[in-house]
Amino acid sequence: MSGHKIKKLFRLSISYITLIILSICAVYPVLWVIFGSVRPGKSLYSKTLIPTQFTFDHYRELFTSKSYMFGDWYMNTLKISIASMLIGVFLTLLTSYAVSRFRFRGRQTALSAVLILGMFPGFMSMIAIFLLLKEFNLLDTHLALIIVYAAGAPLMGTFVAKGFLDTIPRSLDEAARIDGASNFKIFTRIIIPLSRPMFTYMALTQFVGPWVDFIFAKMVLRSKEKWTVAVGLYEMVNTNTNSNFTLFAAGAVLIAVPITLLFMFLQRFLVDGLTSGASKG
Amino acid sequence: MDRYRNKATIMSLIFMGFGQIYNRQFIKGLIYLLIEAYAIIYFSSNLGRALWGIVTLGETPRTKVNGVFVDADHSIILLIKSLITILFLIIFIIIYIINVRDARKIAEKREQGVQANRFLQSIRYVLDYKFAQALLTLPAVGILFFTIMPIIFMVMLAFTNYSSPNHIPPFKLVDWVGFNTFKDLISLKTWSHTFYGVLTWTIIWAVLSTVTTYFGGLLVALLINQKGIRFKGFWRTILIIPYAIPQLISLLVMRNMFNGQFGPINQYITKYFGYFGLGGLPWLTDPFWAKVTVIIVNMWVGIPVSMILIMGVLTTIPRDMYEAAEVDGASNYQKFRIVTLPMVLFSTAPILIMQFAGNINNFNAIFLLTSGNPVVGDYQYAGATDLLVTWLYKLTLDQNKYNMASAVGIIIFLIIASFSIYNYRRTKSFKEEDMIQ
Repeated sequence: MSGHKIKKLFRLSISYITLIILSICAVYPVLWVIFGSVRPGKSLYSKTLIPTQFTFDHYRELFTSKSYMFGDWYMNTLKISIASMLIGVFLTLLTSYAVSRFRFRGRQTALSAVLILGMFPGFMSMIAIFLLLKEFNLLDTHLALIIVYAAGAPLMGTFVAKGFLDTIPRSLDEAARIDGASNFKIFTRIIIPLSRPMFTYMALTQFVGPWVDFIFAKMVLRSKEKWTVAVGLYEMVNTNTNSNFTLFAAGAVLIAVPITLLFMFLQRFLVDGLTSGASKG
Repeated sequence: MDRYRNKATIMSLIFMGFGQIYNRQFIKGLIYLLIEAYAIIYFSSNLGRALWGIVTLGETPRTKVNGVFVDADHSIILLIKSLITILFLIIFIIIYIINVRDARKIAEKREQGVQANRFLQSIRYVLDYKFAQALLTLPAVGILFFTIMPIIFMVMLAFTNYSSPNHIPPFKLVDWVGFNTFKDLISLKTWSHTFYGVLTWTIIWAVLSTVTTYFGGLLVALLINQKGIRFKGFWRTILIIPYAIPQLISLLVMRNMFNGQFGPINQYITKYFGYFGLGGLPWLTDPFWAKVTVIIVNMWVGIPVSMILIMGVLTTIPRDMYEAAEVDGASNYQKFRIVTLPMVLFSTAPILIMQFAGNINNFNAIFLLTSGNPVVGDYQYAGATDLLVTWLYKLTLDQNKYNMASAVGIIIFLIIASFSIYNYRRTKSFKEEDMIQ
């Protein structure tokens, strides 16, 4: 073997070893939670990663126990996610379409305003929103969360969506206009079908938001049966960190699995979304 | 021939909608009329109190009369109500101006002998020529009330003394104090010590977390992209997993794993390395190690994002650049330094800056992992790993120091905004927006 080949072999082996170590680091905590959730007992620590015995008791306990109303929380979260997703996507689509396709006075200002507003630390305005919701008797309701999540959606999504819509050739609109299509028709017949990938991305992020947001939800939702899964899970860790780890693991798996699968499935759109928002063109 | 014009203008000035009715646009006129009628009823009962409220912030707090609480002025509710009323007033004035301009324009048309649009025609006109504005109305209302109004409110709080223990309604009143809160934050010993300490750590954190995840991602991307590495898709999928798991879950899990007493990491360390005299490390309880831990865990969460981005960029680098480099006899390292790195840096620079700004505000990474702890003795309600943003959270929800929290929030905003605006202005999507069409 020539020196060149040995060098190459050496380089590749080092690379493979690094990749394997990195992969273990990436996967280990995940496996640890999944196996933890099916391990009997309550302990955080076990001698082996893969448990010697399997049990689904922890999952059962989540749904049957009186102190963990996981079933309720799950349904609450589902309800809030779907409602705020629908409204949020609709609002974002309106905003991004308007700023991408039309040139009107104050447009550049509006765009900068959206950008700047999106940068304010969310907690700063939380107290104000809290008082506002109190004024309207909306505290401890799911409607409050839906309204706030949906109203905030355009701030987060407009730039990504606009970046995407900018890439749809405007000649398509013009052709349709010559054929006599109204703005409304162009919007529903051309723009919406063509922006399906972006739609998916937006809907996904809007859907996942309520699943993982616990700060605001914790503030608004006071009674236990109205909590979302995120609030419930956080409280589980916060109040009895080490006493019931396996139960926590089961809850974590229940939340993480659907979202993770969605993410994996829609990875392509996510990557597009990440890159297109930043420097399109 | 300008009698239509002036008459319509004056009439719509007197009462919204009169001008339109004069122009024979009855339905439109009626709508304007109803808006003004409602506004008069609303403002006549609210505007006076709103102005009084925002100036004085209330004059009598809740008191106890014969053992019963008597409610009087609640400064904060007053402030927020006043704010809402004033916002409504601004909206109303805008509609008024639109109304006058509309009446005048239509009247001008009539002078030229053009018939005024009927109601349905007006709607069509809006849909054809003012479509964007029509689309933006609904989102704008949402943003106005759930984003802009709260922000104005919070900015105002920074100029009051709304804080526990002495100025919490309803038993106490809140007053305007001007820039005192900012002065205290920067110059009062107890506050400034915490502020500068937290600010310093925030910046160190933002730099370290951005750099580690970026170059970590670059390294992984290059590893996978090497010539001769097989199963590229497999490695990619495995290494992307941390990104796909919601941060809420992964960070809470990490919090368990790094637990000094019960966590498996320490248990493994004592079990396998105990012979060498190594005990567990105080991962989350020692100020220094807590900082190390948040950086490490953040790498776990953040490297996949950079990896995806950089892999995307790598595929766009033209092959002939490498071939040219090879012809010139460049080594692998030279190819990386002269071709790959500049190309990657160039296309990801805006994202890098945004990640830096995002890390300054990275609430989740800190709060879910350490809650900002361990506590530092001479800090005002902050711990060793607290960022400005988590400190703000503690000041608000745990300590009720609302004015101080608002001041901190304004400072965070100024830092982030300057970065982002600078970044946005130099990206192509802003400068040459219409070029790609």
